[in-house]
Amino acid sequence: MLNTGTLRITTPTDNEIVLTRVFDAPRHLVFDALTKPDLLKRWFGPHGWTLVVCEVDFRVGGAWRFVLDGPEPGRSMGMRGTYLEIEDGVRTVHTEAFDEYPGNSVVTTVLTEKDGRTTLTGTVRYDSQEVRDAVVNSGMEHGAAETYDRLAAMLPSLG
Amino acid sequence: MQLLGDERQQQLDATFAALADPTRRAILARLANGQASVTEIAEPFAMTQPAISKHLKVLERAGLISRGRDAQRRPCRIEAKRLAAANRWLEDYRKFWEGSFGRLDDLLDEMKLDESKTTGATRKPATTDKRKRKQGDL
Repeated sequence: MLNTGTLRITTPTDNEIVLTRVFDAPRHLVFDALTKPDLLKRWFGPHGWTLVVCEVDFRVGGAWRFVLDGPEPGRSMGMRGTYLEIEDGVRTVHTEAFDEYPGNSVVTTVLTEKDGRTTLTGTVRYDSQEVRDAVVNSGMEHGAAETYDRLAAMLPSLG
Repeated sequence: MQLLGDERQQQLDATFAALADPTRRAILARLANGQASVTEIAEPFAMTQPAISKHLKVLERAGLISRGRDAQRRPCRIEAKRLAAANRWLEDYRKFWEGSFGRLDDLLDEMKLDESKTTGATRKPATTDKRKRKQGDL
């Protein structure tokens, strides 16, 4: 059983990532926070990044557009996509692409509620490994810490 | 953000593909404790030595292990750099979402509070109702 606040990430196939996270809130609130621009602006983005542009045309076939400003001046990241499927309050399927990188991913988000808590399952399917790798900054350029303990510890989690 | 070169992307592909197999992950966990020969690696597995050798070849091609020059023993050792690259990639991804979701937790707390303020006068929170119902059932 998953605890609130624990993010689980698995890579079931070469071009998929599955994120699982439990929130201590009912499903309709989580769904609002995931789809309404005024709410998205308050949480979306890694530490130090701010969502400055957030346009969401929330209907099947509707487009969305995000621009995040980074911690360093002049550093920003644009994302965009289209909603493919919407099951109000429960499930969305949308495409996602980054301005500076080629390729697309399809993100399926499913919310399930139990005892007032909501489990979010996000499946990100990339059409190429290239895009998956572009999602986050490449740590390969920075000479990663090579602690054997950490390496051994990560192995079971990759299942 | 810098896009990975083609070669590095292929390396990461090979790394994740090699790590997708539980036997190969177990072999890497064993090698994380120090180098070992094929015989030593095969010992805890219910597998033939040739089967283990096949897994070792996949790991070697993915750059996750290297083999020693000693013709008899050819000890295997873990190549930490490649594994660390895969690890780092997942760590960065995790950081992106943990940062976001941490803020979402705070926002949801606020939203719950707002909701209970606006509906609190007319109905009791759902959790209280549920508890009452359960007690009633007993």
